[in-house]
Amino acid sequence: MSGRGESAGADGIDRTPSERVDVCAVGAGPAGALVAHRLADAGYDLVVLEAGERFDPADRLERMERSIRPGHDHLDVWDMGGERDAYSNGGEMFYPLNSARVKGVGGSTNHWQGMVMRLHELDFELESRTGVGADWPVGYGDLRPYYAEAERELGVAGADDNPFAPPREEPFPMPAFRPSHSDSLFADACEGVGVAMHSVPNARNSEPYDGRGECVGYGTCKPVCPSGAKYSADVHVRKAESEGARVIDRAPVQRLVHGDAGNRVDAAVYATPDGREHRQEARQFVLAAGGVETPRLLLLSESERYPDGLANSSGLVGRYFMDHLFAGMGGTLDEPTRQNHVGFITSESHQFYDDADAEVGSFKLEFLNYAGPSPVGTALSADEWGDDLLDDLRGSYGNHVGMGALAGQLPREENRVTLDPTTTDDHGNPVPRIHWSLDERTRNTLERANEIQREILTELGVDVEWTVGPDDTGPAFHHMGTTRMGTDPDESVVNPRLRTHDLANLWIPSSSVFVTGGALNPTLTIAALALKAADHVEAKL
Amino acid sequence: MELTRRDALAALASGGVVAGVGAAGLRQSLADAPDDGVDLPPERERGLLLAVARVVYPSELDGVREFVETYVAGRADARDGYRAAMRDALATVDDRARAWRDEEFLALAPDDRETHLRELGVDTADPDPEGTDAERIRYYVVNELLYALYTSPAGGELVGIGNPQGHPGGTDSYQRGPR
Ligand SMILES: Cc1cc2nc3c(=O)[nH]c(=O)nc-3n(C[C@H](O)[C@H](O)[C@H](O)COP(=O)(O)OP(=O)(O)OC[C@H]3O[C@@H](n4cnc5c(N)ncnc54)[C@H](O)[C@@H]3O)c2cc1C
Ligand code: SF4
Repeated sequence: MSGRGESAGADGIDRTPSERVDVCAVGAGPAGALVAHRLADAGYDLVVLEAGERFDPADRLERMERSIRPGHDHLDVWDMGGERDAYSNGGEMFYPLNSARVKGVGGSTNHWQGMVMRLHELDFELESRTGVGADWPVGYGDLRPYYAEAERELGVAGADDNPFAPPREEPFPMPAFRPSHSDSLFADACEGVGVAMHSVPNARNSEPYDGRGECVGYGTCKPVCPSGAKYSADVHVRKAESEGARVIDRAPVQRLVHGDAGNRVDAAVYATPDGREHRQEARQFVLAAGGVETPRLLLLSESERYPDGLANSSGLVGRYFMDHLFAGMGGTLDEPTRQNHVGFITSESHQFYDDADAEVGSFKLEFLNYAGPSPVGTALSADEWGDDLLDDLRGSYGNHVGMGALAGQLPREENRVTLDPTTTDDHGNPVPRIHWSLDERTRNTLERANEIQREILTELGVDVEWTVGPDDTGPAFHHMGTTRMGTDPDESVVNPRLRTHDLANLWIPSSSVFVTGGALNPTLTIAALALKAADHVEAKL
Repeated sequence: MELTRRDALAALASGGVVAGVGAAGLRQSLADAPDDGVDLPPERERGLLLAVARVVYPSELDGVREFVETYVAGRADARDGYRAAMRDALATVDDRARAWRDEEFLALAPDDRETHLRELGVDTADPDPEGTDAERIRYYVVNELLYALYTSPAGGELVGIGNPQGHPGGTDSYQRGPR
């Protein structure tokens, strides 16, 4: 091991390890960033190892332009792809992994949409209530204070107008974004068919918050918010650093190494751009590398003692991979609908969420503010220009509407992340292989969502032009379940305190610990778990 | 529809160019011949850009000259290598006019300029910053101009979108009904 400061990379950054620290976190997405900030704030010595680069906020406008202008692959926006990010597929359904994540400081929240909801009580008790799926070893009540804290940390704009949401006492940190004109068109139709609409909690500033400005309406939230009004986890990375944490970018962890007794992790071995490997030692390790790389790193960390990978005595590391599935429908109306002014949605309906039973799962409905083409996108790929182009744009823009839905998937052992020994990444490690398929209940759920969407759109008088249902659905890019939480070490990977059963100083705050996924975007729950994990880690220090 | 200096500066600002130098300052910078190995005097560069803009912009637009000069100068200056690539693409438009038509592009009648660009294949080319001549002209010249226009408030208004994608037009317009 080299001492700190001995060698600096070509970019002048010192990536050598620190002397044994209190905590080493792997991954600088929201999970790693929140834990790091909490513990650094509490005065602990901390190193965060991040595989990807430190993005410069000043480049965001250029990234936005890359996302709008044809001539760039969509993965180029956040420099994803290539040997570093290689993966393969082994299941019935193709999983586009690199569209579903970002590697770099801030993690996938650089690209995310920023919708943030609490899971429902039902999601924690799915098996007890419906006879399918499984129960979590913790309930909504256990996470509730952490949810409130997570909303304050991320900065959530929301309103207390959702009668289907789980109970909460404290108001959202910021007022909700007001409904769109398009929402007002949907409102009458929804009333006609008995569907209640309500606001959407957004991790996006509706007013200045936490030193970041209010949303200015670039309309490109996903994949990049140039203004920083959308929360991304680089916010907490900066805060952690100002509290003294050390964050090393371009430092992919290759494996975790345990001590002779086999019950503690001694070091994280990471690579640096100069081709060297280093060991970061720490008292506690927090594995926050996202729902795919987290199980992969555990599997890569096999040893004589643990030939099936670290923390894997249950054999469940990588199993129970889940995502949310999209269902959608849209078309045109004979009046202006004012789409594509902003890149986020302002109304949803969670009315059918708790109706879940053994046959049909939970789902939520979304009313889109970005249905149909965005004129600039059309213009840049058109074969016309001048007056003909303008005529085209006027004809194609203006009266589209659309609805989305997310449906939950049951945890099933055969959906999993494994190592693919036939393909290696830029460091010679086997790449992740995704085995993914749909169960019947999920298909039923998507069908049910489509039925309601059709009812609403028909009532609205929409000419339905497109539908996405069970046969052509795709993932929402939420990687869950791969190191599930439980009390029984034979049936789970981490305990309710988010510590692995097998190793006494290895913690996993991630959607990988989700036992069920519900049908709501996961990151607020990830943030709540990260804050909870920080408490448990601190208690050990 | 009148394109204003405000449109150009707004478009510039949303492209990350601090417009503090002001339009005049930006035009000034376009007057300097950069040392990029491309044989294209700045005046000609401006003329070619404007000529292409008149082809690809709708005819009902006024104020195209100032918009193009302000916007393109600011952008091209702000990004490493960008202006050189754009100048190279413009020079290609001109070279081809000389080779195929025995005329400079600027000496062609407006209809012939359009025909020339179509014969180059620029209308149907997939934009690609590292592609063929047609693909680079599409990327660095035609799409550069179209991006500037259709992410600006005036371009949005032409189409009927109050706050086009790429322009930070605030959060009022999405709530408003049609006027
Ligand atoms: C297009 C898109 C839209 C989304 N929209 C929403 C939304 O609206 N709402 C919502 O709740 N969620 C959304 N998500 C999901 C959300 O982004 C993730 O749930 C969240 O970012 C996960 O946080 P994380 O910290 O666990 O992992 P990530 O954010 O993925 O961060 C993990 C980090 O770990 C690093 N890493 C991985 N392996 C290693 C290693 N071996 N060594 C060192 N570092 C490593 C990665 O480089 C990465 O930076 C969206 C995702 C995408 C892609
Ligand atoms: S609309 Fe989206 S991209 Fe634009 S400022 Fe608001 S949050 Fe950011």
